[in-house]
Formats: sequence, structure tokens, C-alpha cells
Amino acid sequence: MEHILSLLVFFPAMAALLGFMVNKESIRAYAIGVSAIEFFLSIILWIGFDASNAGYQFVEYFALIPSYGMSYYLGVDGISLFLVILTTFTTMIALIALNIEKDIKNLILSVLFLEMAMVGVFVILDIIWFYAFWELSLVPMLYIIGAWGSTRRVYAAIKFFLYTFAGSILMLVGILYMAHLYYQATGVWSFALPDWYMMQIPFTTQLWLFGAFFLAFAVKVPMFPFHTWLPYAHGQAPTIGSIILAAVLLKMGSYGFVRFSLPLFPDASVYFLMPVAIVAIIMVIYAAMVAYAQEDMKQVIAYSSISHMGIVVLGTFAMNAEGITGSIFLMLSHGIVSGALFMLVGMIYDRRHTKLMKDFGGLASVMPGFATIYGIMLMASVGLPLTIGFVGEFLSLAGFYRISWVMTMLAGTGIILGAVYMLVLYKRSFFGAVVHEENKTLKDLNAKELTALIPLVALVVILGIYPKPVLSTIDMSVQKMLVLMEQKAVEQSTKDLIINANTVGGTK
Amino acid sequence: MLEPISINIASLNLPALLPMAILVIGALALLVADLVVKGLNRSFFTMITVLFIILDLGAVIGYNGPVRGFFDVLLVDGIAIIAQVIILVASAFFVPLSLSHRHFREFEMAEFYALFMFMIVGFQCMVVSDNLILIFIGLETASLSLYTLIAMHNRMKAFEAAIKYFTMGALAAGFYTLSALIFYAMTGSVEIYEIERVLVERQFEPLLGVLAATVFMLGALGFKLSLVPSHTWTPDVYEGSSAPLAGYMSVVPKIAGFVVAMRLFEMLVLSGVTWVEDILYALVVLTMTLANITALVQEDVKRMLAFSSISHAGSMMAAIMIGTTQANTALFLYWTLFMFTNLGAFTMLWIVRHRKNLWDERYQHPFSKFSGMIKIMPMTATIMGVFMFALAGMPPFSVFWGKLYLLSAAINSEYIFLALIIVLNSAIAVYYYMKLVVYMFLKEPTTDDATLFTTNASTPLKVIIGFAAMVTIFSILFVEPLLNVITKYVSSSGF
Repeated sequence: MEHILSLLVFFPAMAALLGFMVNKESIRAYAIGVSAIEFFLSIILWIGFDASNAGYQFVEYFALIPSYGMSYYLGVDGISLFLVILTTFTTMIALIALNIEKDIKNLILSVLFLEMAMVGVFVILDIIWFYAFWELSLVPMLYIIGAWGSTRRVYAAIKFFLYTFAGSILMLVGILYMAHLYYQATGVWSFALPDWYMMQIPFTTQLWLFGAFFLAFAVKVPMFPFHTWLPYAHGQAPTIGSIILAAVLLKMGSYGFVRFSLPLFPDASVYFLMPVAIVAIIMVIYAAMVAYAQEDMKQVIAYSSISHMGIVVLGTFAMNAEGITGSIFLMLSHGIVSGALFMLVGMIYDRRHTKLMKDFGGLASVMPGFATIYGIMLMASVGLPLTIGFVGEFLSLAGFYRISWVMTMLAGTGIILGAVYMLVLYKRSFFGAVVHEENKTLKDLNAKELTALIPLVALVVILGIYPKPVLSTIDMSVQKMLVLMEQKAVEQSTKDLIINANTVGGTK
Repeated sequence: MLEPISINIASLNLPALLPMAILVIGALALLVADLVVKGLNRSFFTMITVLFIILDLGAVIGYNGPVRGFFDVLLVDGIAIIAQVIILVASAFFVPLSLSHRHFREFEMAEFYALFMFMIVGFQCMVVSDNLILIFIGLETASLSLYTLIAMHNRMKAFEAAIKYFTMGALAAGFYTLSALIFYAMTGSVEIYEIERVLVERQFEPLLGVLAATVFMLGALGFKLSLVPSHTWTPDVYEGSSAPLAGYMSVVPKIAGFVVAMRLFEMLVLSGVTWVEDILYALVVLTMTLANITALVQEDVKRMLAFSSISHAGSMMAAIMIGTTQANTALFLYWTLFMFTNLGAFTMLWIVRHRKNLWDERYQHPFSKFSGMIKIMPMTATIMGVFMFALAGMPPFSVFWGKLYLLSAAINSEYIFLALIIVLNSAIAVYYYMKLVVYMFLKEPTTDDATLFTTNASTPLKVIIGFAAMVTIFSILFVEPLLNVITKYVSSSGF
């Protein structure tokens, strides 16, 4: 178990390199095998994870450039553990459901490289390496969208790349400035996150640095008004690209808030709480309304992603254990649910070569199995109690209630709107008479598709009913982080707010 | 009767001259060998040249005499040694590019290799001196050889490039002499440290004279370093030259220029005369930004790389302007890593060179040539993609570490705004590098015939590409040792 994190990060990359030698006919089996092993490794990680330890576990440290404070520093805690599992799980499921034939080898190798970058982002504790993985994750995605997407794929791919790259470039300046501050304070260079956690930063400096980091994360989440790349990317991406994009890549942004923005700049986070919350609420409501106006199923789900990510951001900025734990849980549930929905849309698209709702209708009678799973995922997406979607959404909103009940109410309307557009989608596609001739002969889900979908359905139900093992592990690390934030805040008002947000119904 | 001049031979410190002497002897020996033995193969010339370069490298690294030598004209300090190592290593990798699959006339001639060695001597003279006259001699020796080397490519465009480079270079040489003249007139010396001493004593009066000398010097060095506004020759000359020579020009002459600029301008910037810094600041920002924006609209990969190298040179001038030890270290680190990546990128163009312009009438390497390359030659496309992302400053590839260190140097010296401009330029730059990646990976191929792209490939070229790719990808492993060595040399020579 000593080097399991290194193994987790570099196993897919190694497999991808060796995959160059694997024959085209066997590459799918190879990919599923590799991703299953990777998933298995992440489960071992969970089994070996000490749920009573809130700090970093399985830490690996190797000084890479000691004269400049750069190291190879890995560690996992409750916040990142489940995101790692989500990554390996989604990749595996997406590869099982993969049914692209064209240049499949290139696609699979890109997905494996992407998996390395994604796992790397979640377990790395050295900030330069974090930045490296963060940027590296763009390249395979650029290729996946641009080469296997629909007609306007190149435009969508470039837009995706440039938005995220330009957004994160300021973060690099922020990172270097932090290192500079650390050097001034201690006389040594360090890019290790735990070292940076120990540092108190003056208030005005925090504001600037918060801004530099915020932009990178906000583009990735994506927060209004930087969200315009997302519908394009989703609209043009192949199914596997959409699944990974929605399930994991977006979570990198919200993970960044939890991992960097809040604990590094507590005062600035509190200072910017209201503006961020307002933007988050705009995301929730505006994206839900846009989703309602879409004709294309995939666009509906893409905009619903933005809407849900709004609640994630809101929960993160609730500054209390419920909100942050809830938002992390919501990241997981959104990953599973939106991944499944994109997969379902992909399946119907493969059959009919259209994603427009008006081309469907009455699918429930033709494809009952498909309709059932679609229905479950839809309900989970809306946040029906006893599904996975409810837990995170409820906790996030409950957390933010401590900050402002008015805004929580407004965000709550997002859920209602979510029910509206999702149910309309369901009604128009699945109920009623079968209008179009082509739809009468559609085949229901086959074995391969069921293999990919049933684990997702099981997770949606099981974690919806009994989320505690996941929640308690996350909660512990979140509470540790909140204590840290309260301790290192330089302004008294920040300390007050954090204590206040955590006193009723939470543990301090 | 004249006084007999008596000089102790030991005080001349002749070993300091040894590195240059080796190559001069090598070049002359090669010419003689060519006269005596007929029909020597290019592989012989190439390897002999490489061997002499290696000998030279040994002499440079092994030198441990005093810093000053040869009537105090030579100055073998830390930065001189690093710069020479970079020059020699880059040259050693460049020469074997002559062993391409197809035969080019210039590489069959011994004169090419002799001139090449003379050129290296010129660059070495530029960096191991702080005497304006010796620097000038080095500059001219190197430039005159380079003009000829370009013209030897023997194409219409090559002649154009050589003439263009020559005329512009002559103007720059004129600027240089004028500047040196003014410095001499003001201070009575042509040695930079002496000029500095006198100027500091007089508090940089007369200001007008210093201004004129600086501006002329910027014009002269700006030409060599292709800084805006004297950058216009770069794309045309690169386009006209053979790809390896273009790659060479984007690395080696510039490092020699940087060292001279470092010796001269850092003295002026530190003088506290603010306008020197202002001029440099404007120059840096303009060079980076204009070159990047122009690169966006290029239709030819070679021209795009030309503009990109201008932009890289701009960020190096930023390091010179910042002037701290960390910034100067960043300059050498950046350039060392950039050297390998750029070498790789231009070698790639050299490999895919085809006798005819099949894709475009005007350009040798239009973007459409690389269209869909991933489907025809996956390995080549992937490596080229890595080079492009590396040049764009994507982590964890080579140039990123240099850029990181440079940004860090800027931030540590409170040049936050400059750091922001550098990163914004990276954001612009990534677009045009990505354009090639988009063509290679996302477009459909125009032809299925892979042989069109490999007519010039040969084993030596592939080895060089492989080596450059390895260094680019695993550069993280070299950063620590490089950083230690460079910091040691830079700080020991007081920069």
C-alpha cells in the first residue's frame, strides 16, 4: 500500500504507452481491463483508507527540485478519496459503453492518458504538479472532442481548450506569487500544499490571489458568465467525451474551490461569499431556464449540469460542514447521474442519429428498459428523496441556509425548475403515442449497455438510501479544513462568520 | 627608437584562447583535407566537425585559468562558460542534420563545415569578451559566415534571405560601431566594465550621449535578437534557409546576443537611469505581443515558428531587464530547454521536407500539409504535438520550467505586471501552436501517401528527433541539476 497513489496515477499512463503495441481488434478489451484494474486499485485505496484519520493518507514525498521547493507529493484525504473513485469508476463505465469504431485505438489511448491527468489532479499535493495535471487534462479532451465529435467539433474543441487554458494561466501567476510570499515568510521555497496551509496571508493580498485562482476554477466549473464553452463542448463531443467531461472534468473546478480557495484564502472567501453566491444562484436559475428552452436532449442535460454545479458552488461557500460535505457529495452524485444521462442519450443517438425531443415520443412502450433507467436517472438528477441526487442537494442548501435563507430559497427554485425541464423532456420523449415510424422498431438496451448502466442505477439507489459511509469520511476532512480556516483567518469577522455558520446543527 | 615591447607570455593567459583556436584549426584543417583528398563524403565532414566541437567543449569546460586573458580582452566568466556550452551543444546537434536522406549540395562541400566552425568561433568571441571591439569582430565573423551558409542552400528564396539578412545585418553593424564610438568618445574606453566605471563616476552625464549610444546598441543587438521593430527579417530569412539552419539561427546567435545584452544593458538598467528600463520594458512587451499576434495569422509553419521564436526572445529580454541572479539563471535555463524543443520542431520540418511544394505554391510547410497526420504517421504527429505544446509552455514539458522560473523571477522582483503580460502572451501563443495540433489531429488527411513525408528522413535525423523528444518530455529530471550548475556560474560572475 506504500505507493498505491503513484500506481493509481501512472498505471493508466503506462497502460496507454504499452497500448500502442496492442492490436486494434483487442484494444477495447484491453481498455476495459486496464480501467477495471484501475478501479479495483481505487477500491483497495478505499479499503485501506483509515476513516478515523482526517489528514492526508498514503502520503508519498520525493524532493524533485529541492533548490526550488518543488516536490513529488501525493496524498489523499476524505475530500479527494471519493473523487478518485468517481474518476476511475466513470472511466471504466464509459469505456464499457463505448461503441465508436473509427480510430478506436487513438481514442482509447487518449482516454487512458486523460485518466492519469484526472486522478493526478485529485491526489497531488504539490501545486506545480497540480497545475501540470490540470493543463495536461485539456490535451486528450481536445483530441477526443475534436476528432470524434459532431459537425462543429473543431470549433467546440478549440473553444474548450482556449477557455480553460486562458482561465488557468492567471492561476500560474497566483501560484508563483504564493510561493514568493512563502519564501519571504520562511526563507525556503515550497510548493507543497500542506506548507501553504500553514501560512497567513494579509487581507488585500488574499483578495488578489483569490481572484487569480478563482478565474481558473470558475471557467472549469463552469460559472456564469464563463459557461459558454460547456454547451458547445457537450453538444459536439462524442458520448464518452461528454461523460468524462460532465462527471469528472467539471469537478476539478469545484474541487479546486474546496482544496485551494477556501483553506488558502479564508478571509477572501468570506469577503467574496455574497458575489460568488449570487453568481451561483444565477447559474442555478438561468441555466435551468435555458435548459427548459432546449430541443436537443443533450443540451438539456448540459445546461442542467451548469445548474447543478451552481448548487455545488453554493454549498462550498456555505462555510460550514454540512454545506461543504454536501457539495462534495453532490459532485459525486452529479458525476454519476449526469454521466449516466449522457450515456443514455448517447445510446438513443446511436439508434436514431438524432437527439431532438420532437423526433421521439412514446419511447416507453418501445423501449421499456431504457425508459425505466432513464426515469430513475432523471429523478436522481431532479433530486428526488431516496436517490443520490437528493442527499447532496439537500445538504448543500441546508448548509447555505445558515448564511442566507433568501438565497437558499432562490436556489431551491432551481430544483423546481429542474423538475420542470426534466419532466417535460421525459414526457415529450417517452410518453404519448409513437408518432414516428422509425421509433417503432427501436431495440431495447442490449447486454453491453445494461452492464454499463446497472452499476450506476445501483449506486444511485444505494447511496441515496444510505450515504453515511461516504458522508462521514468526507465530513471529517471537511471539519478539519474548517478548523484550519478559522485558525488562520486574519480578520475577526471571518472567524465570527465561520463559527456562526457552524454552530447550529453542526459540530465545531 | 621604439621601445621594445616586452610581455610576459604567461600574462597573456593563452589557454583562454584555446577553445576558439581549436575550431579555427579544425576549420583550416578541413579545408586542407578537402584540397588534398578528393571526393570526401559529407559524413566525414560532419563527424570531423562534431569531433572538433566536442574538443572545443572539453576546452571550455576544462578551463580553470584566470578570468581575464590576452591583454585583458578576454573575459572567461561564468556566463561566458554557460553560453559557450549552449552554443557548442546546439552546434553539435545541428551539424548531423546534414545527414538527411536526400542530398543537398551545400552539405557536400567542405566550405560549409569550415564556415560553420568559423561562425562558432565568432559566437564564442562575442560571449567571452567585454571588449566592444572583440565583440564586434566576433559578431561580424559569425554574421558573414552565416550569410554565406544561408546562400549556400542554393534556392531562389535562399538568395533572397541571404541578401536580406546581409543588408539588414550591415545596417546593424553600422549601428553597433556608432554606439561603440559614442561610448568611446564619452569614456575613453571600449571595455564595458571601464565604461561602466567612468559613467558611474560622472553619474551618466552627458545623458544625451548615453541615450544615443544605448539606442544604437539596441538597434544593433535588437537586430541580432530579432526584437521588434528590427524583427522583420526573421520570418523571411527563416523561410529561405534550410530548416536546420533556421532552427539554429533561432537559438545560437541569440544566446550570444543575450550575453552581450546582459553585460551591457544590465549595467545600464542598474544605473538607475529610468528611461533605459522604460525603453527595454516597451521593447519587451512589444516584441512578445506583436510577434505573437502576427504568428496567429501565419499560413506556414516555418514562419509561425519564426514569429514564435521572436516572442521567446522577447521574454528573454524581460529576464535581462529584471536583471536579478534568478532572472539571469532563468534565461539560461529557459534557453537550454528551448534549444532542444526548438531543435526538435525544426528537425521535424526538415524531415517532412519535400522537393516540390505539393501543398501550396507559395509555402514549403503550409498548415494544410500536416492535415490529418495522426492517421498517416501517428508517431511523427504525436512527437510534433509534444514539441508544439512544449513551445506553448504546457506543463510538464521543457519550456514550461524555464517560463516558470522566469515568471517567478519577475514576481520576486515585484514585476507583477510584466508577469501578467508574459502569461497573457502564453495564452495567445497557445492558439497558434494549437493550430498545428488541430491540423495534425483533428482534420482529415489530404493524402494517404506516407512516403511524401519521409523522403528526407534518415536514421541520424530520427535519432536527433528522438533525443529532443526525450529531453522535452522528461525535462523535469534535468531541471534541478541544470538549475544548480547555472545558478553557480551566473552568481559567480556577478550577474
